[in-house]
Amino acid sequence: MTTRSSPPTPPASTSESDSFDAVPIPPPAHAKESSEVMKAESIGLNFFYGAFQALKSINMPIYERKITALIGPSGCGKSTFLRCFNRMHDLYPNTQYDGKIVLHPEGLNIVSPEVDPIAVRMRISMVFQKPNPFPKSIFENVAFGLRLRGISDRRTIEEQVERSLRGAAIWDEVKDRLNDSAYGLSGGQQQRLCIARSLASSPEIILFDEPTSALDPIATTRIEELMLELKKDVTILVVTHNMQQAARVSDYTAFMYIGELIEYAPTQKIFMNPGKKLTADYIGGRFG
Amino acid sequence: MQDLAANIAKRRRWDFAFGVLGALLVCLALGVLVLLITDLARDGSSRFGWDFLTSFPSRHAEKAGIKSALVGTCLVMVVTATLAIPLGIATGVYLEEYARKNRLTTIIEINIANLAGVPSIIWGLMALGVLIYQWERFLGDPNDGVAGLGRSVLTAGCTLGLLVLPIVIVATREAIRSIPQSIREASYACGATKLQTVCSHILPYSMSGVLTGSIIALSRAIGETAPLVTIGALTYIAFLPPVPFSDDAANVVKMVSANRVAAGGDAVGIAGSAWIQATAWLNSGYTVLPIQMFNWVSKPDSKFQQNAAATGVVLLAITLAMNGMAIMLRYRLRKKIRW
Repeated sequence: MTTRSSPPTPPASTSESDSFDAVPIPPPAHAKESSEVMKAESIGLNFFYGAFQALKSINMPIYERKITALIGPSGCGKSTFLRCFNRMHDLYPNTQYDGKIVLHPEGLNIVSPEVDPIAVRMRISMVFQKPNPFPKSIFENVAFGLRLRGISDRRTIEEQVERSLRGAAIWDEVKDRLNDSAYGLSGGQQQRLCIARSLASSPEIILFDEPTSALDPIATTRIEELMLELKKDVTILVVTHNMQQAARVSDYTAFMYIGELIEYAPTQKIFMNPGKKLTADYIGGRFG
Repeated sequence: MQDLAANIAKRRRWDFAFGVLGALLVCLALGVLVLLITDLARDGSSRFGWDFLTSFPSRHAEKAGIKSALVGTCLVMVVTATLAIPLGIATGVYLEEYARKNRLTTIIEINIANLAGVPSIIWGLMALGVLIYQWERFLGDPNDGVAGLGRSVLTAGCTLGLLVLPIVIVATREAIRSIPQSIREASYACGATKLQTVCSHILPYSMSGVLTGSIIALSRAIGETAPLVTIGALTYIAFLPPVPFSDDAANVVKMVSANRVAAGGDAVGIAGSAWIQATAWLNSGYTVLPIQMFNWVSKPDSKFQQNAAATGVVLLAITLAMNGMAIMLRYRLRKKIRW
C-alpha cells in the first residue's frame, strides 16, 4: 500500500466568472512544464458489444500527470473507451476486447483476459457521470475502498479518509458530519465525495466519465479546479460533452467519431488549429 | 372556449366517479374484514383469558386451551424461518448477481414464479412422499431418533419452508433489482469482488424488502392447514415437545437406546445422546393453531365452536402483528437508505 507523498491542497473556492466564456481558451500555462512520460497506451484497441464494434483500432497515448480529454458526439464511443481502462465492460455479458491498453511502466496489458479486472481497478479508479455515493455515511463512503483491501486499522483508515477528503477539497465542508448520510450532501458535494472515494486507494489513473454533466456551473467550476489540482499527482482521463471544459482543463484532447479516433493532439492545437476537417466542424459546432 | 369547458367538465366527472367507486370498494373490503373479526371476537369472547392460552386441549370445552398448538406453531415457524429465509435470500442473490442471464436461468425464474402459485395441498403430498416415505425408505426408521422425519416438527417446518421459499426468493429479487446499477458500478470500480459487493452493498440495501418479504412469507405459512393435515399433524396433543437437555429429552434418549439394543445394536453414546437431547423437539409430534381450530370447528358442541373462534382471534392477532412488524421494519430501514 503506497501512500500519496504530497496530498494536494484544496483549491481556492473562488472562481472567476469568465471561466465560462466560449472556446478557445489557451490551455493552462503549466501544460508544457515537465517532460512527458507515457502512463498508458492504447494500441489497436477494438471493442465489441456482441457483434457491434464500438471501438475501431484506437491508438493513443496517455501521458503521466496530464489531463487527457475525450470529446465527440453522443454514441461516438468515448465512454466505451474510458470504461475499457478499468474493465467496467466485464460486468456485462457479450462484450469483447481486442488489442491492447498497455499500462506503463511495467507494460501490463489491461484488457488481456489473463489480467484480473480487480487488479486493474485497484490501480485505476473512476468517477461517474451521476454522483453515486453509497447510501452510507460520508466516512464509510471513502473508507470502503480501504476496507475491501483488508485494511482494518482504525487510525490508518481515518488518516487516509481525511487525506482523501482534503484531496477532493471537501474536508472543510464535511469534517463535522462524517457520520451523516452521504445523501444529505448537495450534488456537487456528492461528486467531490465520489472523487475522494476514488482517491482513497491512491490510484495511478483516475477516469472521469462526464463528471460535471449533472452539476450546476458553480459545482462544475469546483470540480474542474479540483482536477487541475489532482493532476499534480495522478494521471487523469476525462470524457466530456462540453468542449469548453475540455479546452479549460485538458492538456491533450482526443476527438472521436463513430468508434474511431479522428484526431489526437495537444489541446491547444486541437482547438486552435485542428488537423482534420471533421474535428474543425465538430469544434466549430457545425454538427454534434 | 365553451367546448373546452364542457370537455374538461366531462372528464372531471369521470375522474370524480372513479374516485367514488374506488372509495366504495375499499369500504366494502374493509367492512367485510371488520365484520369477520368482530364476529370471531364475539363468538370467542367467552373463552379469552390466560387459562385458554396455557391449557392443553381437553374433552371438556370449557377447560380446553391452545397451549400445545401455540407452542407447536412457534416451533414450526422457527424451523420454517431457519430453512426458508437463508435459502431464499441466497437463491435470490445468486439469480440476480451471479447467474448469467441465459435460457436456463429464464426457465428457473419462470418456475420459481410458478412454484409460488402451487396449491398448498400439493406441497403436502410432496412432503408426504419425499420427506416421510422416501426418507424412511433410504435413511431408516424415524423412531430411532436420529435420521427420522416422520410426523415431526421438523417435517412440518421443512414443508412450510419449501412452500414459502418462492415467496422469499421473489421478494429478495425484487428488493435487489431496486438497487440502481450505478451503486454496483461504484463498488466494482473501487476494486470490490462480487462477494464484497453483495455483502457491503447489495444485501444491506435490499434488507428492508427482504425482511418484509420474509415476514409476509411466514405469516402465510402460519395459517397453512392443508399440507400439515397431509403430513399428519396431530389434532389432539396434550404434551409439549421435549425442551433440549431436560428430563423429557433424557427419556427420549433412553427410549431410542432401548429400541436400538432391542434391535441388536449398541446403546447411544455420549455424542449421540447430546445430539438427541438437543434435537428431540424437532422429532416430536406437534399440532398448530389452524389444525386445532379445524378440529374444534368440526365438533358438534357449540362450546367447542367458541374455542375455535377464540383460536381464530389468536391466529389473526399473530398474523396482524407480523404484518405490522413488516411495515415497521420497512419504514425504519427505508428511512436510512434513499437513492
